[in-house]
Amino acid sequence: MLELRTVTAGYGGNTPVFRDVSLSVAPGEAVGLLGPSGCGKSTLARVAALLHRPDAGTLLLDGTPVRHWRHRAPREQRTAFGVVFQQARLSADPRLALADVIAEPLRATGRREGAADRVAELAATVGLTADLLSRRPHEVSDGQLQRACLARALVLRPRWLVCDEMTAMLDASTTAALVRVVEDYRAETGAGLLAVGHDRVLLDRWCERTVDWATLTTPAPTPPPGTNKVRRGN
Amino acid sequence: MTERAPVLSVRGLSVRFLMPGGRRVAAVTDAHFDVAAGECLALIGESGCGKSVLASALLGLLPGNAQTAGRALLGDLDLLAADERTFARTVRGRLIGLVPQSPAAHLTPVRTIRSQLEETVAELTGVRGGRTALREAAEAAAERAAFPVDHLDRHPHELSGGLAQRAATALALVGDAPLLLADEPTTGLDRDLVDHTVDELRRHVDNADGGGARPGDGRALLMITHDLAAAERIADRVAVMYAGRLVELADATAFFGTPGPRHPYSRGLLDALPDRAFAPIPGLPPELGALPDGCAFAARCDRATDACAALPPLRGQVACHHPHAVLTKAADRA
Repeated sequence: MLELRTVTAGYGGNTPVFRDVSLSVAPGEAVGLLGPSGCGKSTLARVAALLHRPDAGTLLLDGTPVRHWRHRAPREQRTAFGVVFQQARLSADPRLALADVIAEPLRATGRREGAADRVAELAATVGLTADLLSRRPHEVSDGQLQRACLARALVLRPRWLVCDEMTAMLDASTTAALVRVVEDYRAETGAGLLAVGHDRVLLDRWCERTVDWATLTTPAPTPPPGTNKVRRGN
Repeated sequence: MTERAPVLSVRGLSVRFLMPGGRRVAAVTDAHFDVAAGECLALIGESGCGKSVLASALLGLLPGNAQTAGRALLGDLDLLAADERTFARTVRGRLIGLVPQSPAAHLTPVRTIRSQLEETVAELTGVRGGRTALREAAEAAAERAAFPVDHLDRHPHELSGGLAQRAATALALVGDAPLLLADEPTTGLDRDLVDHTVDELRRHVDNADGGGARPGDGRALLMITHDLAAAERIADRVAVMYAGRLVELADATAFFGTPGPRHPYSRGLLDALPDRAFAPIPGLPPELGALPDGCAFAARCDRATDACAALPPLRGQVACHHPHAVLTKAADRA
């Protein structure tokens, strides 16, 4: 169970991005979180994926309260999450070939042995051909790079997937292909999913349950618009 | 379908990029299409299929290693033969208004919207009468794009995505250009904003308020997008691009409704929509640097036969050896 209880989060200053938001995702469940641009849903996704420390509130991971975020989180908690961001260009190291982008979480957690096989297997799953794996991000299209980013999110076999507007930049066919990869993975492993987006048609089709941001909270007064594109890079 | 004289007439437009090592990338190959006044043509296709290169070619913004062929006639002017001086002095802003992909990045971050609008108005319309006249003209330009006048003194970062989009549209409309070119105008916007943005573009196509080739004709709009829902909302006609070639040109109502698209690729794109089959087209698009000799879609097509080893010409409306059969009969009767 992934549970957010009355979470308040923001980026310093006196006005948090949102206040007192509660949301839970059961194991194996797919929850779509729907909201307009700038409402704070990306921030919520980052809190849920242990990437942003909230100002107040509790995050329960299988009943255990999370006490540390980002690099301070214990490894078994960090590696339980796979995250896919909206802007593939900003979330992949431009110096790495796609094969290394995919294998990076294996390296970071000291599981280098068998990495090549795992990368090849995942590349086939997400539909990347062998010649694409040796290229760097600037040599592939947005769709191809997002496929690699999804493979990277799956490489540690996470129990939770957080997809923050994963398909907003992509065309219809690539969107359908990536959603199918996520759903195949979830069918195989029983992983839970939090999919954040603003396309109701897509989220209704994709997820068992779609939650409207407006029903979760009354938003804090006017967060600055259009800042989430920059924030998402790290 | 409109019978009016085209504003833009593209004939056999091709763009090649010369890469190091003598490699050639065929970004756009042999494109033919017209856009008439008062009409919206949506150019759709997967990212990386050459849509934006086509737009750059029309605006004279291709990098130095590009070679072009064919003609793109805007009135009597061939855009592919024009030099930079012609583009700078008569085309950009005056004959073609560009609605950019990400308005927040397109606007100058350190200046207010008012200052950018006033500069554009002074440059493009030559308003006389000093500061007051310029100020009024800029406010009129803002109102035309439904940009709230009390937000004119803000900087781009203080605007929401929708308002930044309107500011960019206001700038594109200043020169009363007969052709509006919108390059992915809705990327990254949420659904409501997408609808709003394209509706406004459509409004500028329908009422030219003094612009357009002839009064009352409206502007022509070429909208480049991979957002099929946005295209369905406002387009009169649809051009589908795959691997640098136009594979289908169709009436929008027929394309999105019944009888539907005729090219297997266009069908696949529509079937991938979440409110339809939500099924991806198998495989990946081919590399533009290593296109097959025959039909570029054959490798992903469930209707492919031996005939697909030869390149299908764009016959009538569709470039395919075996377009969807029911529809072929319907088209033959027509």
